[in-house]
Amino acid sequence: MKFTISWLKEHLDYDAPLEALSDRLTSIGLEVEGITDRAKELAAFRVAHVVEAVQHPDADRLRVCKVDTGSEVVQVVCGAPNARTGMKGVFAPSGSYVPGTDLWLKPSKIRGVESNGMLVSEREMGISDEHDGIIEMPEDTEIGASFAALAGLDDPVIEIAITPNHQDALGVYGIARDLAASGFGTLKPLDTSPIAGKFKSPIGVKLNFEKVSPLPCSKFVGRYVRGVKNGPSPKWLQDKLRAIGLRPISALVDITNFVTYDLARPLHVFDADKVSGDIQARLATAGEKLLALDGEEYDLESDACVIADDKAALGLGGIMGGETSGCSETTRNVFIEAALFDPISIATTGRKLGIESDARYRFERGVDPAFVEPAMEVATRLVLELCGGEPSDVVVAGEGPKWQKSVSLRKSRVKELGGVNVPVADMITILDRLGFAPKETGDVIETEVPSWRMDVDGEADLVEEILRIHGYDNIDPVPLPTETVVAKPAVNARQRRVRIAKRALAARGMMEAVTWSFLPRAHADLFGGVPDEIVLVNPISADLDAMRPSLLPNLIAAAGRNHARGFSDLSLFEVGSEYHSDQPDGQIMVAGGIRTGQTSSRHWAGNGRKFDAYDVKADALAMLEAVGGPAESVQVVTGAPDWYHPGRSGVMQLGPKNRLAAFGEIHPRVLEAMKVKGPIVGFEIYLDNVPLPKSRDTARPPLTISDYQAVERDFAFEVDVDIPAEAIIRAVRGSDKKMITDVSIFDVYQGDRIAAGKKSVALSIRLQPMDRTLTEDEIEAVATKVIGSVEKATGGSLRH
Amino acid sequence: MQDIEKLEQELLEQIGNVTDLEALESLRISALGKKGSVSLMMRGLGQMDPAERQIVAPKLNKLKTIVGDAIDNAKAALHAAALDAKLAEERIDITLPVRPEAMGRIHPISQVMDEITEIFAGMGFDVAEGPDIDDDFHNFTALNIPPEHPARQMHDTFYLPEKEDGSRQLLRTHTSTVQIRTMQSKKPPHRIIVPGRTFRCDSDQTHTPMFHQIEGLVIDKTSHMGHLKGVLAEFCKAFFELDEVTMRFRPSYFPFTEPSAEMDIRCTFAGDHIKVGEGEDWLEILGCGMVNPRVLEHCGLDPAEYQGFAWGMGIDRIAMLKYGIPDLRAFFDSDLRWLKHYGFVPLDVPTLGGGLSR
Repeated sequence: MKFTISWLKEHLDYDAPLEALSDRLTSIGLEVEGITDRAKELAAFRVAHVVEAVQHPDADRLRVCKVDTGSEVVQVVCGAPNARTGMKGVFAPSGSYVPGTDLWLKPSKIRGVESNGMLVSEREMGISDEHDGIIEMPEDTEIGASFAALAGLDDPVIEIAITPNHQDALGVYGIARDLAASGFGTLKPLDTSPIAGKFKSPIGVKLNFEKVSPLPCSKFVGRYVRGVKNGPSPKWLQDKLRAIGLRPISALVDITNFVTYDLARPLHVFDADKVSGDIQARLATAGEKLLALDGEEYDLESDACVIADDKAALGLGGIMGGETSGCSETTRNVFIEAALFDPISIATTGRKLGIESDARYRFERGVDPAFVEPAMEVATRLVLELCGGEPSDVVVAGEGPKWQKSVSLRKSRVKELGGVNVPVADMITILDRLGFAPKETGDVIETEVPSWRMDVDGEADLVEEILRIHGYDNIDPVPLPTETVVAKPAVNARQRRVRIAKRALAARGMMEAVTWSFLPRAHADLFGGVPDEIVLVNPISADLDAMRPSLLPNLIAAAGRNHARGFSDLSLFEVGSEYHSDQPDGQIMVAGGIRTGQTSSRHWAGNGRKFDAYDVKADALAMLEAVGGPAESVQVVTGAPDWYHPGRSGVMQLGPKNRLAAFGEIHPRVLEAMKVKGPIVGFEIYLDNVPLPKSRDTARPPLTISDYQAVERDFAFEVDVDIPAEAIIRAVRGSDKKMITDVSIFDVYQGDRIAAGKKSVALSIRLQPMDRTLTEDEIEAVATKVIGSVEKATGGSLRH
Repeated sequence: MQDIEKLEQELLEQIGNVTDLEALESLRISALGKKGSVSLMMRGLGQMDPAERQIVAPKLNKLKTIVGDAIDNAKAALHAAALDAKLAEERIDITLPVRPEAMGRIHPISQVMDEITEIFAGMGFDVAEGPDIDDDFHNFTALNIPPEHPARQMHDTFYLPEKEDGSRQLLRTHTSTVQIRTMQSKKPPHRIIVPGRTFRCDSDQTHTPMFHQIEGLVIDKTSHMGHLKGVLAEFCKAFFELDEVTMRFRPSYFPFTEPSAEMDIRCTFAGDHIKVGEGEDWLEILGCGMVNPRVLEHCGLDPAEYQGFAWGMGIDRIAMLKYGIPDLRAFFDSDLRWLKHYGFVPLDVPTLGGGLSR
């Protein structure tokens, strides 16, 4: 909402600097978003006298002018046809900024002749499109005078943000009223006295609705004015409209725009000669069309409220008038409409048709229901004043909504909710100035909500009214009392794991990414797909239409983007949600990561190697351990989801029904479909599936260590190639659970030196006696058990 | 007698000339060994008469000590020289670059969430969470935003397909949904913060279709706007790590709070950098207010008994402010260079005791 200072002063008597006004507006909830002071912007442009204008020696169209600026006489080369000796123009010296051309002036030579500054046109000043010649000022204008002041541009324009509850401030008068209520100046009275009709309106009005509640149009006030003359509106009106960014059209149209912005009261003026019979408000009929004032033809639905004559719809009530009955230069008789429309009806129709208009904006927020007849009087007065003519009696249909409401306020609530002491007398003064007609009865203040504050309907609203006028700045901040002196943890075990997972993965050299929760459905399909119920109806773009069923696709796409930037070695992770249904339990928390390229770049001390499935297996295990999961007892088996390489992937589980993680190489077909270069390895840890520790016992189990010498022994077994290493390790461990404290595989061989279909697995075991030093015989006995156990479990044999 | 002196002179000279340990050892044997020159002289003492022996013996003992010490000293010197030579040979080029080590980064959003959690934990808040996909009731209706309310048009909501019963799920447009879920599921008092993902159908220079918000909610029987100001003042000082932050509360409007306010903090725009806390300009950082009695009623709480306040703030935005990150869209692009530059090393765990940031 924009307005100028002089406009405000027509409604508000005050004497305060601009800054004080700006501060007050913001402090009462009318936030100042910007102040445009054209006088400052155009300060350099001053009236100058062209002492002499002679033909340029080398250019037919240019003239060399001697210009008296009041302080000096400068030479200016000018191309305007109207530049001539003796005229008064507007001059901008070198060094000034020319807004219309976005240029800074500097001394120059034009076709060999020196030129300093510029005589400007209106377009060059950015105030109109006029560019036929330079601005001509009246002969008696004082040399050196400010052009902005002379042109009425020295009126600062204030732009304020209007919150949806402040429909009252969508007109300059309402802003003045709120300022006056806050003690900033005095509101001037508005002349809404009735104008006597000279004849009976030849056009009648009626509301024609059946079985609709609330009524889309609940009141319609009309008046016929005959014998008007439409033409350009006077300068004061054009200046006002231009200052707030509106284009003057004709007096009749400008009047409706002016009342809209002055009194937050949209109106419409019909060319009465284009109306057939009476005017009615009704719902559109099926298939009805309307050519609106914006030049568009709209197909109306049957819930749209139209203003119609006997034949057809003339306009969309409260949103936009129609082309056929609009006013033009030739309009002689008019019919003025001031009606009340239902906010919901307006919002629905406006949204369906996609029409943004000043009228819709106000009606959908609620227009003052008690200001229909007064608005008609204001409008009539303006029409008579600017266009002449003779007014009819007022015709009225409908009564408008029942808007009167009483709200009571317990005096104590201001302190209880606001935390500030406001004397009761002040509460009453504030409410009174705001128009709430407060009455004190005991502990309560009874109020009648004014017609322009339809948003107020509860005690809390009255508290806000009092506090905003009293000033939020007057509320003292106080600390919130805490239950404990030392803070307790704010996160629960589950939240804590998410935090730990992130830091643990970052500590393993991975970069944390945050990627969209949505992705192209084609990518979702590569990762198990999503049900239709989690595909967005209105995605921001077609390739962000499905909720992600896995964290991997967006990370893989990110890898692709980094590849394109020349970074091929990378490790990315994200801890976030994947989605499988539109219900809360369909959203699960996952830590996912990918690695691709080399473990480290080429280096003098040795090169890295390619990331492989074992790297992400390590990530997954480390993660389970970090979040307190059962890393020791987890089973690692094949059977990862089908976006993994079938032979180079696995899952970690606590039994077939509780899958904790999947890991491995991403299926090359998936990467091909996503057009990302592989190989890429990845993991997904389903954090919600990892059991939480049962108790929060901080004590560790006692440490048992032995002072006796530990012994290490190596073995190599020849087994079938498809025997999993895990089976061998289990067999070794199982052969003497007490003595064998560690088993590590240090070599796996498959090749020429071993039978086809076989592999050699070399491992080292560590024996740790607790109560004595082992003898050679005892060691041998364990070794025998190990060999027996492995041979039995795997069908393999010891290599010699 | 003269022999002793002569021998001493000779031996010391020889020791002085020795350049390696091997030669020194053979010299030691030739002097102090069983058949060494000094030992042979010592052996001669037996044949001497007591008077002569009394004179010669101390001299010989002295010779033995002197020669022995000289050899030990020479040995130590040779050892030191040998070590020096070895060390000289072992010299490395310390300017060679070190072996690469992978160190990951924490995303600024995670870091700032941890910082905020730390601050509010200190004021007795718990972290609460809720689903990203929610229903109309939790996102709008319960928050006093009826179907045709103009506020619904301010939220550019992502919708999921309409179901047979006409309802449709949506992506939450704010974390305020969790206010409702918390008040519905637990009894007051409540003191929660809700960090999380939020979604709006909006994308340009300063808006992304997904962003992060943190919501705060206090519900009890006495908390008022003074407490609200107090909590937010403490938060701003702690978060921006300043002794004073000048704030301004402006009346505003949100359907779910009444009275409502927006909070601005003082700042200075210096080039493309914003300095927070002081200056001539105001920067809006959050919306807040007293929970609207209608919202309490929707959650089954009696507004005559319970009251409280709530606020909501953009995490991405305050992360940008605090850490001078220029472009919101880059947060979600996963550019390695960006993650490395703006990310945090995992050991930078924000704590109140140890400091929120380095």
